[in-house]
Amino acid sequence: MSGIRVLVGTRKGGFILSADAKRKSWKIDGPHFAGWEIYHMAGSPADPDRLYASQSSSWFGQVIQRSDDGGATWDTVGNEFKYEGDPGQHQWYDGSLRPWEFKRVWHFEPSLDDPDTVYAGVEDAALFRTTDGGKTWKELAGLRGHGSGPQWMPGAGGMCLHTILLDPARPERMTIAISAAGVFRSEDHGETWQPSNKGLVSAQIPNPTAEVGHCVHRIAVHPDRPDTLFMQKHWDVMRSDDAGANWHEVSGNLPSDFGFPIAVHAHEPETIYVVPIKSDSEHFPPDGKLRVYRSRSGGNEWQALTRGLPQENCYVNVLRDAMAVDQRDPCGIYIGTTGGQIYASADEGDSWQTIAGHLPAVLSVEVQTLP
Amino acid sequence: MIRVVLPAALRRLAKIDGNVELDVSAPVTQRKLLDALEQQYPMLRGTTRDLQTKKRRAYVRFYACSEDLSDESPDAKLPQAVANGTEPYLIIGAIAGG
Repeated sequence: MSGIRVLVGTRKGGFILSADAKRKSWKIDGPHFAGWEIYHMAGSPADPDRLYASQSSSWFGQVIQRSDDGGATWDTVGNEFKYEGDPGQHQWYDGSLRPWEFKRVWHFEPSLDDPDTVYAGVEDAALFRTTDGGKTWKELAGLRGHGSGPQWMPGAGGMCLHTILLDPARPERMTIAISAAGVFRSEDHGETWQPSNKGLVSAQIPNPTAEVGHCVHRIAVHPDRPDTLFMQKHWDVMRSDDAGANWHEVSGNLPSDFGFPIAVHAHEPETIYVVPIKSDSEHFPPDGKLRVYRSRSGGNEWQALTRGLPQENCYVNVLRDAMAVDQRDPCGIYIGTTGGQIYASADEGDSWQTIAGHLPAVLSVEVQTLP
Repeated sequence: MIRVVLPAALRRLAKIDGNVELDVSAPVTQRKLLDALEQQYPMLRGTTRDLQTKKRRAYVRFYACSEDLSDESPDAKLPQAVANGTEPYLIIGAIAGG
């Protein structure tokens, strides 16, 4: 089918929203895996009908589901995520050390050209890869083995590897982000890694400019500008123009530079989106108004986008994996809230439509633009 | 045959309508019962026990004959009433909100 498919992971199941290319009328399919936390669902760029879902619960652990028909049917695949060698230790909230322990898969990043190859970012932070469609998973242990593990610590959501960027022009390059350790980059297909956090300043760690320990919430990139990265950090919106070697702040006139997601326009590499959130601890929009902010200048100058979004008494959050863009022209933007709403814009954010109003708390939103 | 009652979340995962019956050779232990369960329903691997350590997951409990067997040795013999199918073996998700 031609159109848009929105993959929504929630606290109580997965949902698939679909529409034709006009993006006006939406059908909601689900819940899939009812009652389970679906941290993320993702589709293969090489085969849009190949989907992967991370299904987990505090009771029954991690399950991985795979669909070969666009989500109509699902089958379980491998769910063993075994750290290579000695798991080592990381910092706990109180500064003490405790061993790595697998909790769940936060994020899938399917290969750009092979439906059977998928990267998985997990909690406690590590990077895994399958090359057999999810039957088996193997850790890319050079990341966790970087040696800085004792300086990694969990954020409020856990010590998660939540962002995996693949470079279409340089397949040997990968960039990942961990909360709270920061950005790491590999130039050898994930074998070895180096921290990539120069320019970040975080008051929550003893040395605010330390090489690792930063609570990076999300990074985003446009495929045509692989050296330009945008970051929403625990505080501060940041930008790098040298693939993460150096970062500088572009928070500009945002009402709060705290937030979780960040996204880049599908066709304009200098147009970016964030959702400012009040913090510390409140984690709801300033003034009870849900506003997506857009910068057409790659940061610093931001415009509030409000039409169709709740502008009074709104106290929801938009989590780090819950904003995505489609590839249509004009570009579509999608956000999911902890209140269970999915808002979609078919005009680059100028106006918004509620395409699902009463889902469980939304953990993730992915968009597939179908041929 | 041994009768096993699964929580609803695991029945849905395993696509089971109703309860499970397992053929387990004597002496019947929790380890042998859970091994047989996972062999018959591979999608349940890791859901009641850690995949690597085989330790019971923290929020999972094992009951039978009105007794909590959760902390019994996995190699201890289960009650005869479970082994002969008179009483079911209950796998329970702990009451923990959510």
